[in-house]
Amino acid sequence: MTSSLNQMIEESRLLKVIARNWAFCFLISFIVLFSFTGRGFFSIVNFQNIIHLSVIAILMASAETFVIISGGIDLSIGFVMGLSSVTAGKIIQIMFNSGNFSPAFSIFIGVSIALVVSILPGLLSGIVISKYRVPPFIATLGMWGITNGIALKICKGFPVAMLPDSLTKIGNGYILYFKRGDGFSFFGLPYGVGNDKIREYLRLIPNSFIFLIIILLVLWHLLKNTKFGQHTYAIGGNEDAAVRSGIDVKKHIVKIYVLSSFIAGIAGVFNVFQTGIGNFTTFGAMYELFAVAAVVIGGASLMGGKGRLIASVIGVFLIAVLENGLLISGIEPFYRYIAVGLLLILAVVIDELFPDLF
Amino acid sequence: MSYLLETKDITKRFGGLVAVDKMSFGVKEGEVVAILGDNGAGKSTLIKMISGVYPSDGGTIFYKGVEAKIHTPMDALAVGIETIYQDLALAENLNVYSNIFLGREKTKKKFGFLPVLDHTYMHNESVKVLEKLDIKIPSLKNNVRTLSGGQRQAVAISKSIYWNAKVLIMDEPTASLGVAQQKQVLDLVNSLKDHGLAIILISHQMRDVFEVADRIIVMRRGEKVGDLIKKETTTEEIVNLIVGSELVN
Amino acid sequence: MQSLAKRDRIDMLLKIGRQWALIFLVAELVFFSLMARGFLSLNAFQIIFFFGTAIFLMATAELFVIITGGIDLSAGYVMGLATIVSAKLIAAFYQSGMDSLSSIILGIIITLVIGLIPGLINGFLISHLKVPPFIATFSMLGICHGVSELLISEKAAKNLPLLANEIGNGNFIYFVNGGGISFFSRPEVPRGVKVYEFLPNVVFISFVFIAVFAFILARTKFGQHTYAIGGNKDAAIRSGINVNRHIVKIYMLSSFLASLAGVLYVLKYVTGKADAGASLLLDSIAAVVIGGASLYGGKGTVWRTILGALIIAVLETGLRIMGIPTFDKYIIVGVILISAVLIDQFFPEPTYEE
Repeated sequence: MTSSLNQMIEESRLLKVIARNWAFCFLISFIVLFSFTGRGFFSIVNFQNIIHLSVIAILMASAETFVIISGGIDLSIGFVMGLSSVTAGKIIQIMFNSGNFSPAFSIFIGVSIALVVSILPGLLSGIVISKYRVPPFIATLGMWGITNGIALKICKGFPVAMLPDSLTKIGNGYILYFKRGDGFSFFGLPYGVGNDKIREYLRLIPNSFIFLIIILLVLWHLLKNTKFGQHTYAIGGNEDAAVRSGIDVKKHIVKIYVLSSFIAGIAGVFNVFQTGIGNFTTFGAMYELFAVAAVVIGGASLMGGKGRLIASVIGVFLIAVLENGLLISGIEPFYRYIAVGLLLILAVVIDELFPDLF
Repeated sequence: MSYLLETKDITKRFGGLVAVDKMSFGVKEGEVVAILGDNGAGKSTLIKMISGVYPSDGGTIFYKGVEAKIHTPMDALAVGIETIYQDLALAENLNVYSNIFLGREKTKKKFGFLPVLDHTYMHNESVKVLEKLDIKIPSLKNNVRTLSGGQRQAVAISKSIYWNAKVLIMDEPTASLGVAQQKQVLDLVNSLKDHGLAIILISHQMRDVFEVADRIIVMRRGEKVGDLIKKETTTEEIVNLIVGSELVN
Repeated sequence: MQSLAKRDRIDMLLKIGRQWALIFLVAELVFFSLMARGFLSLNAFQIIFFFGTAIFLMATAELFVIITGGIDLSAGYVMGLATIVSAKLIAAFYQSGMDSLSSIILGIIITLVIGLIPGLINGFLISHLKVPPFIATFSMLGICHGVSELLISEKAAKNLPLLANEIGNGNFIYFVNGGGISFFSRPEVPRGVKVYEFLPNVVFISFVFIAVFAFILARTKFGQHTYAIGGNKDAAIRSGINVNRHIVKIYMLSSFLASLAGVLYVLKYVTGKADAGASLLLDSIAAVVIGGASLYGGKGTVWRTILGALIIAVLETGLRIMGIPTFDKYIIVGVILISAVLIDQFFPEPTYEE
């Protein structure tokens, strides 16, 4: 049956395009479906919301995309994010509350240190994986425990609060504030307008959106147009061939885990801006597993050598739209776990059934 | 003496390409037949039809003069045709006798009802078959991982002998082996011959072929171009047949 | 001659080195005996096993899967699902007028049967549809998580029979000071007479099952085939082993042991929790790897895995008695996990060259 289906798809150009981009087609059909079932689903406000709430998941999936293409896996990113978040939070808290430093300076120092710290887990995993041949699953699972433990020690098991307000103003702000008959302003409510009136304004383009686009552009360029990206695919496709072609595979693998860890660090910092507190990662969050899911839904293979950044982003949106749509349609939120599970299996089975297409 | 295994007009096509074209040959008990040919001459396709990996597109295979219907590898095994592939198919994490008995483990009843592996029986049986073939392996309790390439080859062969192989197909048995180990494997082939097995040997190594083969069949472009008794031929003649330049001297 | 002696010495060192986990455990015990007041007592050891039951069971489950070269991410949430299903079933039977013991036994049996389903689906996806184990079991994790939350959201399981608690926190043997042994139930004694408790019921039950599965792995055809599949799947197929069916069985086994851990959790804590086993992923995989198994499959034994699990369980209890927050446990387990692989590489298996 599958072979005749394969043949049919082979013959029709349109079917081929659909089958190859099934995740995207699913995304569109979900959007159409939920527009009917969920009140307020199809609106600029809700779409901005989805994007804003997906930033962390997208960053995580981007990090995982690089690692998975190289044939590895990084299970530590969820807790590296927590580590970065509490590190930034703690430093900002101490500096800000000491009264000696301005909020901006405290934030700058806190963020910088958190980003530097977030490189370390990746550096360690990378060295252990490439030099000492520890399987990526084990190395990063070990790092999962280590970063989680350190993050919990830093924050003593409680979120780091009492941070400057300006964090969330930036993190949850919009580029454009607009009110009919009242003109518009950039980056904040017009001068003299209280926060209580914020609902009267149409807010367009979240700051996080711009932040996300910039990071994605950089990563996309890195993966698509540079030697670094090319070597990542080469290592995932055939490590021996990469070694024989003179690529310094060991060094490259270290770089990939550092990159992945660094992106997770950025996500942690973003998390501080978004929530205004430093959060440790809970066990139930499973950021890393959802990131892997998104990457696989996007068509990458855990065997390595395959994957696209944009496809991973679509994978995240597919999950996000599903969750948001189910919620707005009044369906129990628990179904989302089930839905994601089914979606993931579907992704791999489709991949398995039509091997020639991908 | 008649052939133990014989093919008649056996053919395999891949699309427009005829990989094996009406090939007929046979092998007797206690005989080693070597099949030689350039890359793409159709040697492995022929072997794969006999061992049931590829179904044939025409022709017949006879075992003891009776038509044998071989469509899957299991059919071939049931007849008594065993193939030793280059990758040997051994579980390297298991010991020697466990590999010989893999999939057909002997169990005994513990306390009269619990089936447990009978290690002693499997060990002793394996010792017997190795002794019969004059194979020396330090301890059968060692994992196959710890063995040399030649020893692994010997284990794979012992496995098929123990399970009553009558026809043994060996695909490049000496490739990727050191000189000393090549010698061991060739000695083993001679000893198998003495035990009455019919052996089909595929090899690139002319030296090996001349050392153990009784008959040499040369294939070119899917066809049999020569079937020679080893004692009556020379390396030169064989090479000429392989490359297809029958020099007129 | 001298080089031979040197070689023997190296062999000796390698042999000792391969037992590093045992040495580590002993060192750990010595350390905590010195540092943690009250650690060196029968009670503390029973506590280690009592709190460790879930790790032991989950590590055994993960071991079978890992030997075949797979991984089961869903085990923790299968355990969570089992806690909720069994709590609800037992409560429902009890409220419908059934007596305590039968409602507990019936609830447990039905849960264990239901617990086979996630494994069946995992195994089918992995063997027949060729979904990578990581993906299939992660999907199952999501599905079990979702179903658990759904079940809880409807109505929380309340009013479990008291007997559940008695079984879960009871002991197999009671020994009365001044004579007398009783099994299962605490003897009635006058005030002031000391009763010694041996072998918590949950520990007893889990080790009965672990022993059975250890036997299966080490001594039977099933175990042999498990190793063969992990070692060389092609060889297993060509030797006539039904590899697909075997893999389904392995994931069902894993799921069964996870459900058992869930059922024992309910007996211990008299409540169900969706994420009861969420943090056990690191612990169970770490135990298996510390026990010398390889994620590439084909290696590992139950007793060594239990040794690995014991290292983690001792660490947890020891730190708790010392009053150190459990945050440190994650760090230490992470470090041991990575070190385990490094140490194993340092002490390789001997190879025999001609």
